[in-house]
Amino acid sequence: MEHQLLTVEHLTMRFGGLTAVSDLSFVAKAGEITAIIGPNGAGKTTLFNCITGFYKPTEGQITLQHEDGTTYLLERMDDFRIAQRAHVARTFQNIRLFAGMTVLENLIVAQHNMLMRASGFTIAGILGLPGYRVAEREATEKAVRWLERVGLVDRADDPAADLPYGAQRRLEIARAMCTDPKLLCLDEPAAGLNPRESDELNRLLLSIRSDIGIGILLIEHDMSVVMEISDHIVVLDYGEKIADGPPLQIRNDPAVIRAYLGVDEEEEEPVVEKLVAEAVTGTVAPAAVVAAAADPVVPEPGADSHEGRP
Amino acid sequence: MAETAGARKSLGAILVDCAIAALITFVIAAPIMGLRTVNSPGGMTLQQHWGKVLTAVAVVFFGRLALQLFVWNRSAESSGFGPLLLRLLLSALIGFGVGTAVCFLTLGSGNVSLAAAMENALLAMPWNVATLLFALAVFSLSYGFFPNRTAPRERADAGGFLEPLGDLLKLALLVVALALPFLPWSDRYILDLAILILTYIMLGWGLNVVVGLAGLLDLGYVAFYAVGAYSYALLSTIYFPLWFPDWLMPYAFWIALPLAGMLAALWGIMLGFPVLRLRGDYLAIVTLAFGEIIRVVLINWADFTGGPNGISGIPRPTFFGIPLDSSDEGFAARLGIPYAPIQRIIFLYYIILGLALVTNMVTLRLRSLPLGRAWEALREDEIACRSLGINTTNTKLTAFAIGAMFGGFAGSFFATRQGFISPESFVFMESALILAIVVLGGLGSQIGVVISAIVMIGGFEAFRNLDFLRAVFGNDFDPAQYRMIVFGLAMVSIMIWRPRGLVTRREPSIYLKERKAVSGELVAEGRG
Repeated sequence: MEHQLLTVEHLTMRFGGLTAVSDLSFVAKAGEITAIIGPNGAGKTTLFNCITGFYKPTEGQITLQHEDGTTYLLERMDDFRIAQRAHVARTFQNIRLFAGMTVLENLIVAQHNMLMRASGFTIAGILGLPGYRVAEREATEKAVRWLERVGLVDRADDPAADLPYGAQRRLEIARAMCTDPKLLCLDEPAAGLNPRESDELNRLLLSIRSDIGIGILLIEHDMSVVMEISDHIVVLDYGEKIADGPPLQIRNDPAVIRAYLGVDEEEEEPVVEKLVAEAVTGTVAPAAVVAAAADPVVPEPGADSHEGRP
Repeated sequence: MAETAGARKSLGAILVDCAIAALITFVIAAPIMGLRTVNSPGGMTLQQHWGKVLTAVAVVFFGRLALQLFVWNRSAESSGFGPLLLRLLLSALIGFGVGTAVCFLTLGSGNVSLAAAMENALLAMPWNVATLLFALAVFSLSYGFFPNRTAPRERADAGGFLEPLGDLLKLALLVVALALPFLPWSDRYILDLAILILTYIMLGWGLNVVVGLAGLLDLGYVAFYAVGAYSYALLSTIYFPLWFPDWLMPYAFWIALPLAGMLAALWGIMLGFPVLRLRGDYLAIVTLAFGEIIRVVLINWADFTGGPNGISGIPRPTFFGIPLDSSDEGFAARLGIPYAPIQRIIFLYYIILGLALVTNMVTLRLRSLPLGRAWEALREDEIACRSLGINTTNTKLTAFAIGAMFGGFAGSFFATRQGFISPESFVFMESALILAIVVLGGLGSQIGVVISAIVMIGGFEAFRNLDFLRAVFGNDFDPAQYRMIVFGLAMVSIMIWRPRGLVTRREPSIYLKERKAVSGELVAEGRG
């Protein structure tokens, strides 16, 4: 089960003179949750966009290997082919649902390629051949299974835009899961969630990992989520990897603490450091840490210009 | 300056507002209505008609005042659709009546005799109506028609007066459409009009695939109509006689129809390829240019297309090879009934009705197939589509191709019905009209297209039949000349009342427990 699902080697992404991701290498395994963390502008979303094909990396190689040994070189594939063939699904930092379509329709659209084949690329479907109806029923059943899992089955016939924010996040994950991914890339799934919703999200992600055994790649700022559920953490700063390892090791890594909180110069430093340490071990409300991390002692020059979406 | 619910203005502010409205009317009306050049024996002279200008200004002033008092300054609770419409009409009437009266009085007290003033005001009547409507439109645009602008969602739902009728309306329309040729009052004129309306319904449905479902703004749709028409015309007059034996010729229309559809679809894909990367305004400009290119090619490639002279002698369709004429082999003779020219019209009517219904059926079926859902998803969010593995290139191309194919079918029907086509039939105005039908009906709504096509095409025609208005406005009055202004105004008002078109709600293509329509406010319009 635990084969090397995603291998990123020497990945570099430049935008003109700015290097958003620089010589990055890491491995994500199937059946594990790999968290990508780092301050704003560290290049996390750029990395996601490279993996999912929305950006073509300047240098480097991204390899995805399924359990059966099929290997895909993601940097050479079109974005929709990565989702279609290599089965990499993603969610977006700013939710991108089909707002005017119902919750159920969102999940049916996600099964487009399967249904397209079942409808004989539309021709059999137009003629009303029975194969498509069976496939559509199966697609609906799968959608309902996922709706039950994310607790939205009662809202299946409501427009996606009418859902509250937290539910929209969950729906986006369910929609990505309906594409039968081998690798699920979540871009800040806990952003804007309250503690209870964030807790539900943790359980959802853990159950996806244990039941389905796919690899999950997670960008997250909420340390309570990251530390609780990830098996492996990659820390980026200014596009470079500064640490890579299990949560316990990352928590005590001086380079990580420096990146998040700035260089030790001032006296209040130990206080903040203590806060982080407490937060990651779970004794203090994580909000204090996020606030501290969001306001580093040393300002980051020009670091946040390429946290862009495609 | 959108008024919030229940806010009241002081009388002074209202009067200033009305004065501004009157001033703007004066500025617009003075050169248009007040000064008129007339050919007289001594050369061209300038006639002055200040009476008309004064009337227009007075009508706008008092109309605006009435609107201020009765419509805009009301609390939100009393602004249901019915009462609001009543108050609007009341205001319009007050403005018109008081304005005209003021005109009589002022002009009567001056150096003009009362009789002359009344005559003048009467002459200005059509102008008054037009100006009032114009002023209403302008000011409702700039100030906001509705007192409760702050609650757009409720507004859209409250205004959905068409939607409860739903299925009943559709069924009724279908029954009427099927029975139309045999209704007692149906004559050739009615049938010709119905054929015209059905052609536009079909074009509207075809364009609805591209604009309404896939969200790709296409301003050159008439190009596919032209491709379909010329395909049939050229195939049936030049190529089929070369290719096929004579006994096959009566079937020319039925052989050419699918070919014309395919050729149009091919051109749809050819248009689609270069514009795949374009969005919104840029897409609109390129499609507009494409429509013009096709037309200009048709004019200038005279060897092939006949140039500005067009193509004539296009064969009529036959009923499974039986012509609908007065010959011994004709439909009537074989059936043993007396021949009447209207039989051919009825036949044409049923052909276009059938084509339109097939278009509708295919579109409705496509909507619940993955392709149709992908079109709608594309309209909602293209990037999300790609992240789910949908090939957006193919999805866009199929939308262009299928939309174009329906246009091509309609084009061949147009050619066979007219018997003569020329590039003049395929001008930009047609594209605009078809797009207006789709937008007015509500993007993506099939029944909306039907209603707006009936209203627009039927309405245009109705203006020819308003001769009784001459009794009111005098013999010089020609209602047909006002149709453009009235339709412009009607469209402006509909866009104010119902900015998403007549039928805004989106029917979901699949449901679990209950089919709930999605409010139009939530549905994306597509950015290209």
